[in-house]
Amino acid sequence: MAEKRRYSFYPGCSSQKSASSSNYLVSTQAVCESLDIELNEIPDWNCCAASIGYAKGGELPRLALSARNIALSEQAHPDQDIVATCAACWLATRETQERVQADPELRREMEVVLEAGGLKAEFRKPVRHMVEVLVEDVGYEAIREKVTRPLEGIKIAGYVGCQTNRPFGIAGESFENPVYLDKMVEAVGAEPVEHYEKKVQCCGGALMFSEPEKCQAMVKDIIEAAYDGGAEMIVTPCPVCQMNVEIYQDEINKRYGTRFRMPVVYYTTLMAVAFGRSAKEAGLDGQVIRAEKLEQIAGK
Amino acid sequence: MSELNQAMAARYRNDFLREVEANVEEGHWVRMCMQCGVCAGSCPLGPYWEHPPQEIFMMIRANKREEVLASSSMWMCTSCYNCIVRCPRGLPITHIMHGLAHYAARLGLAPKTQPTRRFAEMFWDNLMKKGRVNELKLGLGLYFMNGFAEGVKTALAKRPIGQAMLRAGRMSPMELVRPHKVKDIQGLKAMIAKARELEEARTTGGSAG
Ligand code: SF4
Ligand code: SF4
Repeated sequence: MAEKRRYSFYPGCSSQKSASSSNYLVSTQAVCESLDIELNEIPDWNCCAASIGYAKGGELPRLALSARNIALSEQAHPDQDIVATCAACWLATRETQERVQADPELRREMEVVLEAGGLKAEFRKPVRHMVEVLVEDVGYEAIREKVTRPLEGIKIAGYVGCQTNRPFGIAGESFENPVYLDKMVEAVGAEPVEHYEKKVQCCGGALMFSEPEKCQAMVKDIIEAAYDGGAEMIVTPCPVCQMNVEIYQDEINKRYGTRFRMPVVYYTTLMAVAFGRSAKEAGLDGQVIRAEKLEQIAGK
Repeated sequence: MSELNQAMAARYRNDFLREVEANVEEGHWVRMCMQCGVCAGSCPLGPYWEHPPQEIFMMIRANKREEVLASSSMWMCTSCYNCIVRCPRGLPITHIMHGLAHYAARLGLAPKTQPTRRFAEMFWDNLMKKGRVNELKLGLGLYFMNGFAEGVKTALAKRPIGQAMLRAGRMSPMELVRPHKVKDIQGLKAMIAKARELEEARTTGGSAG
């Protein structure tokens, strides 16, 4: 058996217990257990301000939030990469790391800021997304080997969305047509929708709250394209995409006279079921639109 | 007009581009725009923008200070980063949009009732209280942002969604009583205060250059 992989884990606000993507965390933990990956939570981590805090938090205060998490990670887990499951958390943390590295003036300021909180940091750690860990460190082959219950006969649209894809993206993938989700779908024995037209379309992010009509129109297209491709469910790596595409389907149906009822799951949900974990461990009880096919497989 | 706004207008008299370069996050990039329109064409909310990014950059160079800063445009950015990966000149457009929005808010020129502006402010205030976002309070605050009567109406309209999230274990009333929080909230707040102080010194205290 391969050696245990260890990471300094940044769960983020939406993954906390009882928060909107707590089911993402549950399934991630199950998958990591199956793959012998150890996630060590960064002690006393704080919110990263996502992409929407900018109205009140200027550049330095926003970056300072991530700098604190980086400092705490260095202190607690000096030789472990930082890993996040949420796209916005990953983006904010990685961006802070890179900006501080690239700009000596910013680094000087950040050192003063950290000192005010009794901290210091070297800003040297890689900041990675859970998808990178699975694709680069574990690999599709090892994922395939873990499958005990292939998700046969299920057609799934890989909805990558924005922030896991841009601006950083996953190494080797194109911004316009990333294929890692499709490969994951294949690895767990299901069938990816080819040419899923809305795969990198924005779901509206936080603007779903403030500009609901405009964002619901975009989400309608995302779901419609999945149906057009013959999909029975959508898979996504992002908590915001998951929520925006799943929970407004009733409102969209009312507004547009559609009859959507498309489950939206995480890649970790798919893997957990395929790896033989229970429905609960796969986070299936967290679905607002139940993924019945997966429940059936998990119940076998 | 805020004092800061007056001071900045006086300091950069007739040179809004220079003002943006010196005071807006990543603002020094604006000069690099070649007006190709790729960003405007790539933007998911493109059809709704009063002025898409390309136009904003042109307006900055044309010295349309009030028009840019008081515009609702920058607040239409969903942070999807489409523009960033496509811009042939490599402008960090998303960050410039956020920077312009923040600067406009600081100067007191941003449209007060713009819903995304208000949501963004609520989000920041919410996270600063305990160091972590309290989704339940944020959601409730959002419903009530247009006054109590309106709030009750929205909350009722959104009730099916709230109940579904509750049933799925993705929302908990306990967040009101015993919220998630950062233990060293004092340390965090001290850091943010220091960051704000340094950032303000860059603009208000800095020389006119
Ligand atoms: S894509 Fe870049 S160069 Fe082209 S108009 Fe937009 S900002 Fe300017
Ligand atoms: S990041 Fe903002 S400005 Fe750029 S394409 Fe997306 S919404 Fe438009």
